[in-house]
Amino acid sequence: MGATGQKTFSSIASKVLMALAGVFLLVFLAVHLGINMLLLVDDGGKSFSAAAGFMSSYPVIRIFELALFGGFLLHIVFGVIVSIRNRWSRPIRYQHKSRSETAPFSKYMLHSGVVVLIFLALHFIDFYFIKIGVVAPPPGIERHDFYSRAVLLFSDTTYSAIYLVSFVVLGFHLNHALQAATQTLGLNHPRYTPLINAASTLYAIIIAGGFMAIPLRFTLFN
Amino acid sequence: MKFTLKIWRQKNADDKGRLVSYMVDDISPDSSFLEMLDQLNQQLISRGEEPVAFDHDCREGICGACGLYINGRPHGPLKGTTTCQLHMRAFRNGEMIYIEPWRSGAFPVVRDLIVDRSALDTIIQAGGYISVNSGGVPDANTIPVPKPNADSAFDAAACIGCGACVAACPNASPMLFVGAKISHLALLPQGRIEATRRVQQMVAEMDALGFGFCSNTYACQAECPKEISIANIARMNREFLAAKLAAEKEQTGGFTI
Repeated sequence: MGATGQKTFSSIASKVLMALAGVFLLVFLAVHLGINMLLLVDDGGKSFSAAAGFMSSYPVIRIFELALFGGFLLHIVFGVIVSIRNRWSRPIRYQHKSRSETAPFSKYMLHSGVVVLIFLALHFIDFYFIKIGVVAPPPGIERHDFYSRAVLLFSDTTYSAIYLVSFVVLGFHLNHALQAATQTLGLNHPRYTPLINAASTLYAIIIAGGFMAIPLRFTLFN
Repeated sequence: MKFTLKIWRQKNADDKGRLVSYMVDDISPDSSFLEMLDQLNQQLISRGEEPVAFDHDCREGICGACGLYINGRPHGPLKGTTTCQLHMRAFRNGEMIYIEPWRSGAFPVVRDLIVDRSALDTIIQAGGYISVNSGGVPDANTIPVPKPNADSAFDAAACIGCGACVAACPNASPMLFVGAKISHLALLPQGRIEATRRVQQMVAEMDALGFGFCSNTYACQAECPKEISIANIARMNREFLAAKLAAEKEQTGGFTI
C-alpha cells in the first residue's frame, strides 16, 4: 500500500500493460498475415497447409500460443476496466456534443475493439474450436484441413462481407495503436514521433489490406 | 451583435440544474466573452433575477480562473485562448451559444458555471516540496541548466491550471496538467532531487481523486489555452516507469505499481 492507500494498478501501470500487450498483438498479426498470404499462392493450398501444420505442431509455437491468449486477455480485461473507470469519471455529461479536435479514430478504440472481439469469437468457432475438437468440422472436411475450411467459408458471401467489415474496423483500431502505445510507454521525440505516427497508419493499411485481399481473391476472382 | 445563450443554471451542488435560454442584444464584436456575460447579468439584475455565476479573475489570460465549456469546446472556438481573451467577433451574429461548466466527477458544480477545481491543488500538494537553500539570493547561473531543458521546463510551467484538459478529455483525465507540473520540475536540476518520489505521489493522488485515465486522444493538447504539449504526458510516463522500475531505493514505501 502506498501513500494514498492505493491497492490496485495505477493509471499509468494499467495503460503500460495494455500498451505492451497491444504491441505483442501487433507482432502476432504480422505473423498471422504472413501465413495467410500463402492462401494467395496458386498451389491448391499446399504451402498454406504446410505452414498451418507447422504452426499447430511445433512445440515452441505452442508456448507462444499460450502467451498469445494471455496477451489478448490482458489487453481486453484492462481495456474494459479502464473504459468503465473512464465512464465513471464524468458522471454528468455535457449537453452539447464535443467539438474538440482528437487524433483520428482515437475516441472509438473501445467500439472498434468490441467489433474485433466479436470477429475473434467467430474466428475461434470457425477454426480454433474445430482444430482442438470442441466443434465438429463441416461434413467432408478433416479438422486439421484449414485450407478447405477457408475456401468453404470464403465461398459464402455473407461470411466474406463480415470478414471485410471486421478488418476495416481493425484497420482503424490499428491506426491509433502503435502511436498511442509509444506515447504511453513514454516514447515521444520531435523527430521520431511523426515517423511512428506514419508507420502506425502504414501498418494498419498493410494488415487490414493484406487480410482483406484474401476474401476478395476467393469471392470476386474465383 | 445578437446571441441566443443556453446557459447551465444550478442553484447549488444538490440542485439538479438545467439549461436556460437567454437573449442578448447590443453586444459589441470587440467585447470579451466574459463582458458579454457581464452585460447579460446586468439585464438579469435589473429584471430582479439571479445573475449567472461564473469564475473569473485577471481577465488577461494568465490566472487560470475562467473556464467555460462553450459550444462543445473548453474556452470556446479559438486555439490557445482562455475564455476571458475570447471575443464575440469569433461568433456569428445571431448564433446559439451553449455555455456549460467543466464536467468531471472530480470537479463538482458549486453554482451555475462555477466548479470546484481544488482537486488540481490536491495533486500539486501531493507532489511535496523541492530542496533549495534558504538565505541570501544566490548568484545567477550558479546551477547550470542546459538551454533546451530550460526552454521545455518553461513551456511546461506555462500551465495555468485552468482544467481545460480535464474538460476536453473524453475520459476527464488531468494527465496533461499533471504531466506539465511534473515536467517543469523534472527538467530542472533543482527539481531532480525529489523527482522519483514526486511523480509517484502525484500520480497516486490523481488516481485516488477519481479522475479518468488518458486514452491518447490528444483533445487536451488541442484545447489547452497555453498549448501545453502531450510530450509532457510522455515525460510523466517515463518518469513514473523509471521511478517504479529503476529507482536507487524504493521511495514511496509499500507495493504500488
